[in-house]
Amino acid sequence: MTEPSHGRNHHDDSPVIVATGLERVFEIGQNQVRALRGVDLTVRRGEMLAIMGASGSGKSTLMNILGCLDPPTSGTYRLDGIRVDELDKDELADVRNRKLGFVFQKFNLLARTSALENVELPLLYDRSGREMEPRRLATAALERVGLGDRLDHQPNELSGGEQQRVAIARALVTEPSLLLADEPTGNLDSRTTIEVCTLLQELNELGLTIVLVTHEPEVAQYAERIVELRDGRIIWDQPVADRRSAASDLGQLRTKDEGRAA
Amino acid sequence: MKSTRLVAVALRSILRNKMRTLLTMLGVVIGVGAVIVMVAIGEGAQSQIHAQIDNLGTNMIVVTPGSSSQGGVNQGAGSLNRLTVEDAEALKSESFLLSAVSPSIVAPTQIVGGQGNWRSAVFGVATDYQLIRDWPVSSGRYFDEGEVRSMRKVAVIGKTVAEALFPGEDPVGQQVRLRNVPFEVIGVLAEKGQTAEGSDQDDVVLAPYTTVKNRLSGRSFIAQILASTASPEGVAAAQVEIGSILRERHGLADWEDDDFTVRNQTDLAATAEETTEVMTLLLAAIASISLVVGGIGIMNIMLVSVSERTREIGLRLALGARSSDVLRQFLVESTVLSVLGGLIGVGLGIAGAEILGRLTGWATLISPQTVLVSLGFAASVGIFFGLWPSRRAAALDPIEALRYE
Repeated sequence: MTEPSHGRNHHDDSPVIVATGLERVFEIGQNQVRALRGVDLTVRRGEMLAIMGASGSGKSTLMNILGCLDPPTSGTYRLDGIRVDELDKDELADVRNRKLGFVFQKFNLLARTSALENVELPLLYDRSGREMEPRRLATAALERVGLGDRLDHQPNELSGGEQQRVAIARALVTEPSLLLADEPTGNLDSRTTIEVCTLLQELNELGLTIVLVTHEPEVAQYAERIVELRDGRIIWDQPVADRRSAASDLGQLRTKDEGRAA
Repeated sequence: MKSTRLVAVALRSILRNKMRTLLTMLGVVIGVGAVIVMVAIGEGAQSQIHAQIDNLGTNMIVVTPGSSSQGGVNQGAGSLNRLTVEDAEALKSESFLLSAVSPSIVAPTQIVGGQGNWRSAVFGVATDYQLIRDWPVSSGRYFDEGEVRSMRKVAVIGKTVAEALFPGEDPVGQQVRLRNVPFEVIGVLAEKGQTAEGSDQDDVVLAPYTTVKNRLSGRSFIAQILASTASPEGVAAAQVEIGSILRERHGLADWEDDDFTVRNQTDLAATAEETTEVMTLLLAAIASISLVVGGIGIMNIMLVSVSERTREIGLRLALGARSSDVLRQFLVESTVLSVLGGLIGVGLGIAGAEILGRLTGWATLISPQTVLVSLGFAASVGIFFGLWPSRRAAALDPIEALRYE
């Protein structure tokens, strides 16, 4: 898997995400909670975007809408050119399967199930009818995240960083147009955080579009662009001025460790 | 997802918690086991009754006197007794389809001889009787055609009578007195046991019908004519033939009813079978209640399992599973659970029926049908009681489910 083909059908420069006027209103008893109050967002193909914001800012709601798990109350959302806001439940499930890869804060791997089978999981729900070999694809995805020697390990035999890499492999195996990572480093220590960010940056450099939600500014600095939400509106949308390289941060950390050891 | 894959996934999740799985299945195991044992007992009894009815004689047809109706009041069987020894002899000589015919004259008689006396039914029959009833002698012999014709005073006695009058002795060659008429015992009948109704078939004395008619009964009307055909297929046609011969002999006009009744064994068997069928059904119904209770156990555990695995369900939905995929997954799981329990139950049921049969001496019979039906029932219990938990799983909202702690 030296030449990943994410979004291979779209060599054009059409954006992956085009959202306009997204609103989401929750009815809780008599009260109406307006979680999103008109969000416009465009994400280019191959971009790595960080969404930040305090809790209650609406970033989770936005993430759920972008992830086709929740429909917007109003506004339009095009994912890879598809009008997602008009689809029914089953069509949304198929879009999630074909177009999206999810990475969660708590990894969400199936317990007592090997890494390989965890990565195969989304392929089992593929309805496109295309020829594929789940085993071979899952093995390739795990090799891609550096776990080629851990295929038969179960989650409880893997470290947190390894578990998150299995989860990333699971998100990659369907060759999605967009990888959505919801606080992917929230349960990891700082070193493992940088390792996982290194992997995400590598994948992004190979052309994968990534949207990650984080509340850690250090993690957001690895993205190309930061969007900040407050009270259901975007209050900041700027490219990162001095984007950090997770790989070089990791290198520095190693040198420091070696210096300490010496 | 492919069905083999579905079953494999279901098996894995079932085997993940073996103790719980075992306890969950226990209800279905006991239910299916109980159904198998109960039906085995019921069908065993049924086959025993079958054997007993066969024991009456193969392809037997019984002709009894008909009933008369006077001014709309039916006088009951025997009220119009016009069956005669001559009717029996006519059937014997005129019928093409009957292979054996024998009149049967009954005379309840005190029998004196050997060690004491005994009251029993003396049957006056022809030599064909042993063919019709398929009833050989255990010692001695039957009377022959010549002895019938010459009204010899010879008797063949049943095992019960032999034991009552001649305990520990061979009765053959001994004398018995029937109504003070001395008869020579020439044979002892093989043991036949009880009828389905519980009367002792071995408590009997057979003598030539000519002798019984002239010496003991003194009446020319007879209780029954017994006949048989060479094969069971011929029975129906032979019944029709008997009807036409007797109607002609009795000079009945076309508009007149039969003054006799012709029945075959199937009619006799039907009544007995009905009784045991009802019993089998009743037993099976009681046993299936425990199967339903087992189903409720499965439903309970499936509900627990759905809430335990809410996050897994959320994950699957996020990865592209449709609600129908989740529904199918849990439905297959509960069905696999109940079918597995059913298979164990079948094993235990077969073993249980075998042990019970040995301990009590009851006949038990397990047919493949019983096994298939109870397995099918177990599977439908799994589907039925798995439906509600599975629908709950399928109705979960992926966001809520992923957030579930």
